[in-house]
Amino acid sequence: MSWRPVCRVEDIPVLGARRVAREGSEVPIAVFRNAEDKVFALLDRCPHQGGPLSQGIVFGESVACPLHNWTIGLSDGCAKAPDEGCVQRFACKAEGGQVFLEADALTPVEA
Amino acid sequence: MKRDLPATRQKLVVVGNGMAGIRALEELLKIAPDLYVVTVFGAEPHPNYNRILLSPVLAGEQTVDEIILNPLSWYEGHSITLHKGKKVVRVDRVKRLVIADDGTEAAYDRLLLATGSNPFILPVPGKDLQGVISYRDIADTEAMIDAAAKYRKAVVIGGGLLGLEAANGLKLRGMDVTVVHIMPWLMERQLDDTAGQLLQRSLEARGIAFEIGGQTEALIGDQDGRVMCVKFKDGRELPADLVVMAAGIRPNTTLAESMGLHCHKGIVVDDTMQTKTDPRIYAVGECAAHRGVAYGLVAPLFEQGKVCATHLAQFGIGRYSGSTTSTKLKVTGIDLFSAGDFMGGKDHEEIILNDPFGGIYKKLVIKDDKLVGACLYGDTVDGSWYFKLMREGRKIGDIRDKLMFGESNIGDTGHEGNTRAAAMADADEVCGCNGVAKGTICKAIKDKGLFTLDEVRKHTKASASCGSCTGLVEQLLMFTAGGDYSKAPTKKAMCGCTDASHAEVRQAIRDQHWLTIADVQRGLGWRTPNGCASCRPALNYYLLSTWPKEAVDDPQSRFINERSHANIQKDGSYSVIPRMWGGETSADELRRIADAVDKYKIPTVKVTGGQRIDLLGVKKEDLPAVWRDVGMPSGHAYAKALRTVKTCVGSEWCRFGTQDSTQMGKDLERALWRMYAPHKVKLAVSGCPRNCAESGIKDVGVIGVDSGWEMYVAGNGGIKTEVAQFLVKLKTAAEVLEYSGAFLQLYREEGWYLERTVHYVGRVGLDYVKKKVLEDAAGRKALWERLRFSLDGEPDPWFEPDKAKVDLRQFEVVA
Repeated sequence: MSWRPVCRVEDIPVLGARRVAREGSEVPIAVFRNAEDKVFALLDRCPHQGGPLSQGIVFGESVACPLHNWTIGLSDGCAKAPDEGCVQRFACKAEGGQVFLEADALTPVEA
Repeated sequence: MKRDLPATRQKLVVVGNGMAGIRALEELLKIAPDLYVVTVFGAEPHPNYNRILLSPVLAGEQTVDEIILNPLSWYEGHSITLHKGKKVVRVDRVKRLVIADDGTEAAYDRLLLATGSNPFILPVPGKDLQGVISYRDIADTEAMIDAAAKYRKAVVIGGGLLGLEAANGLKLRGMDVTVVHIMPWLMERQLDDTAGQLLQRSLEARGIAFEIGGQTEALIGDQDGRVMCVKFKDGRELPADLVVMAAGIRPNTTLAESMGLHCHKGIVVDDTMQTKTDPRIYAVGECAAHRGVAYGLVAPLFEQGKVCATHLAQFGIGRYSGSTTSTKLKVTGIDLFSAGDFMGGKDHEEIILNDPFGGIYKKLVIKDDKLVGACLYGDTVDGSWYFKLMREGRKIGDIRDKLMFGESNIGDTGHEGNTRAAAMADADEVCGCNGVAKGTICKAIKDKGLFTLDEVRKHTKASASCGSCTGLVEQLLMFTAGGDYSKAPTKKAMCGCTDASHAEVRQAIRDQHWLTIADVQRGLGWRTPNGCASCRPALNYYLLSTWPKEAVDDPQSRFINERSHANIQKDGSYSVIPRMWGGETSADELRRIADAVDKYKIPTVKVTGGQRIDLLGVKKEDLPAVWRDVGMPSGHAYAKALRTVKTCVGSEWCRFGTQDSTQMGKDLERALWRMYAPHKVKLAVSGCPRNCAESGIKDVGVIGVDSGWEMYVAGNGGIKTEVAQFLVKLKTAAEVLEYSGAFLQLYREEGWYLERTVHYVGRVGLDYVKKKVLEDAAGRKALWERLRFSLDGEPDPWFEPDKAKVDLRQFEVVA
């Protein structure tokens, strides 16, 4: 897998997220940072009604969608029971304070 | 699916495969799934089933399969060894070994006893005859169904809850049924005499006969050893082919006593559900005696299970402190509800509605201005509401005159005044916010085995948003899950992260002078590393409102609207509402707004109910530029804060106006803006009693009269339309500012997060507010001063985003 640097870890608020634009797509990728400086990347679209997950409150390894408060797991992209649904997730890592996303994520193949 | 797990784990043995034991296990698996190797013993040959629903099974309304709660696959999936049909006969506490009647053994590190209860069998001659049974489990139920097919005459001994349900079921299955009850009226532990007699009459109308006061002396058998008749003390005999003993239950402590555990009215446990005798051993459910009470209803058992699970999981948190319970009879077509101290007596006041011909009787028992008991017959719609009032211990003085007529008379909107859950069709909508129909809720309750309001909320979303249909959902739970449904204790935890209530958290923040969310979470033993989306905003508010200028705001613990200072819309765009003091604007402002609308291609411009202009559909990236171009202060229309001060035209223009309401409104708004609060705060000022600014439904409503101003508080125009209550009449505008500010500061300091003033005042009582704001002049001035101190120098987030700690990075997309 090839990686592409997107930003520094400190560019993302602790327990927060940043939106990363994707070529050819209206929906950005949400890159999250939790209290332990772990980073996660999900498509910025809640599986429920499309809410921007990047705007939610981050806690533990979850984010609460700002629209209807579904709780989405940051590592698996899946809604917490009893809600059902998963959002696309992307490989994401932090090394030496730099956040990397899988390169393919940023140039989606048009369906 | 089966999981492979290491073999070094501790061993937990559960004795009792019923609702209490398995519920505790479910709670444990939720929080510590891999801590124990679990073995369950059950004397019955079935997996865990819903004992409450045996009555509908007997009545032919449900089947045994339908009432199974945990199928065998559940045990398998959690790698639980289930020994069903094996009764535990001995426990060796030294070797820590459990031994069943067939010789099966299981070693334990921790032991959970959930042995339930045994029916009380009258010690009369003939009690062991064939055809004499109790009513406790599936086998008893099947024996009754079987007998009903072969025999004609049934006698039920005991006119309590269980006995009447048995009698009704047997009658429906075609038997001639007589209920023998030794006490002067039916269900004397749940009903008063009037309701008991109404109940008897309607059961008689269904063809059930009664022997009230009948004392059973013996059961007489025929030559084959089968019961033939019941003989009374007065010599009379009553023919019977089947006798059901339903004269109460006793905690099943046989095993516990043989183990040398201290038993008194049950296995004695402390608040952690540990037995007093052996800390390795826990007991929950009907067999356990907590503070001298053994509960026979499902909700307390579940609360116990939850507490027990946290201790088994070695979290060492959570205490069980007893339950208030309520009762409902599960006989279709008979509505009956009782809770608390329904008999009343000395020092108690009673409100009674009695309509013997209509078959309706309601008694409410009041003590010290609080509802302490209720007994309802024929119309139980408001049972859950009364029960809630009892649990909350709310003062009822202000609603006393409406109390008898129920919650619908208090005025909730959103469900067409429809409060009769039982009468609703399956397709009828219960929850207007989330569009959940009655059928959906009932199905979820049945299929998923839900018992609590929280569970229903999680699974169906019903009553999970505005909460105004909570009463209805509770009724549906009662009807569907069975009458033993009752609900959580008075103290409500803030969220799943803690057991502390809002009140406790607020108190601790003040007492401990905590300044950060981490302080609170550490100090009160939060279960989660950094809270959740529910508790963090509350904690952030509590810290800021308790320690202004000391506690530092944490924007990441605020909901997105308060983080981006705009209101998120369904498509992820935002709305911008600039502040217009007292609802006044100017040509300049309107021109700037119009230019911004063109420049940023804002799709919708709308006039709000709060006399301002809403720009809808602004892209997040454009927010700072729109604020700058509009050049007006933030309207805080997105925040739990002072929103708007609505005004009428007032004496400056209006030919009826007696006071300058617009100026008063502007002054109030300038004094109070940037004020964060537990929830949104709306004010209005009208210039005369025609009240064009609708002051009667605002958090603070001011109405000008010729001699000054009248001030009203705790009104609400939202979910719960509530007319504001008159607080005081004032002479000068300065007084209006001081009194309004003092009231709002009291609410800011004491309100629970997301509690509107209507609920806050409902909780503490208007008399309390009067004491603090009217009677204590020094206290009022101090409140007003504290509010001014809090607001002094607070930045406008649109003009001074840096000072307001707005994280501007959020408006940029990383390219």
